[in-house]
Amino acid sequence: MKNEMELSFDAVSSNEGLARVAVAAFVTCLNPTLEELADVKTAVSEAVTNAIIHGYGNTFGYSRHGEVRPACGEYHQGKVRLVCRLEHGVLEVMVEDRGKGIEDVEKAMEPLFTTRPELDRSGMGFAFMEAFMDDLEVESEPGVGTVVRMKKKLTSGGWIAEEG
Amino acid sequence: MESFQVIDNCLMVKLPEEVDHYQAGYICREADRYLLRDDVCNVVFDFEETSFMDSSGIGIIMGRYKKIACLGGKVYAINAGKQVRRILELSGMNRLVEVL
Repeated sequence: MKNEMELSFDAVSSNEGLARVAVAAFVTCLNPTLEELADVKTAVSEAVTNAIIHGYGNTFGYSRHGEVRPACGEYHQGKVRLVCRLEHGVLEVMVEDRGKGIEDVEKAMEPLFTTRPELDRSGMGFAFMEAFMDDLEVESEPGVGTVVRMKKKLTSGGWIAEEG
Repeated sequence: MESFQVIDNCLMVKLPEEVDHYQAGYICREADRYLLRDDVCNVVFDFEETSFMDSSGIGIIMGRYKKIACLGGKVYAINAGKQVRRILELSGMNRLVEVL
């Protein structure tokens, strides 16, 4: 029993919602609880937001007509890759960017640490990923990019297709 | 949709359905405009319509808290659902903000 999906999208803030909803839809076949679903969505949102605003330095999103909003923000072209795998009731999520990378991963993972305080960031991103998922791995190389791997066991188990 | 309203010395901020980084920038800028312009000392965040929030929401609350706490103001969170409450508790925000 396994399933896999891959999604690649522009590194703009307006795509955070897309990433969350895609992962939520991907795991619905496991019939997860609302709480599990919220946990997964939050963790994905954190990882994808990090890739966009820290990896690529894009703080703004596309508006309805496709232009970058607001126009004054500098836009760095790039893609975020999201890979999800479901196997034996365990969800594995990988969020990859080819942005600027993290100099000191350990420091970045400290709660309340942020390199962009001017953006009103709380520095809780990695702490939330750790809290809401069972397993978190971060690999990064300055100038090359960052890969975040997260795992979570979805306890409810049982594929809907199987039950039916 | 988010909305802002000043009642007496309170700024009421109604947060949108999903509070993420994309939404946060506008909310922070707009809230600060009210804080500067009007004689506001307390901020109330209304989560009635909010079903999703990530750490960007904590950033919004923390930033506003820093701006008004030194002047004796208070921050409140009202109508928070289960998911929002968990985020507030996990981040320790419930010690700075009165969750009603």
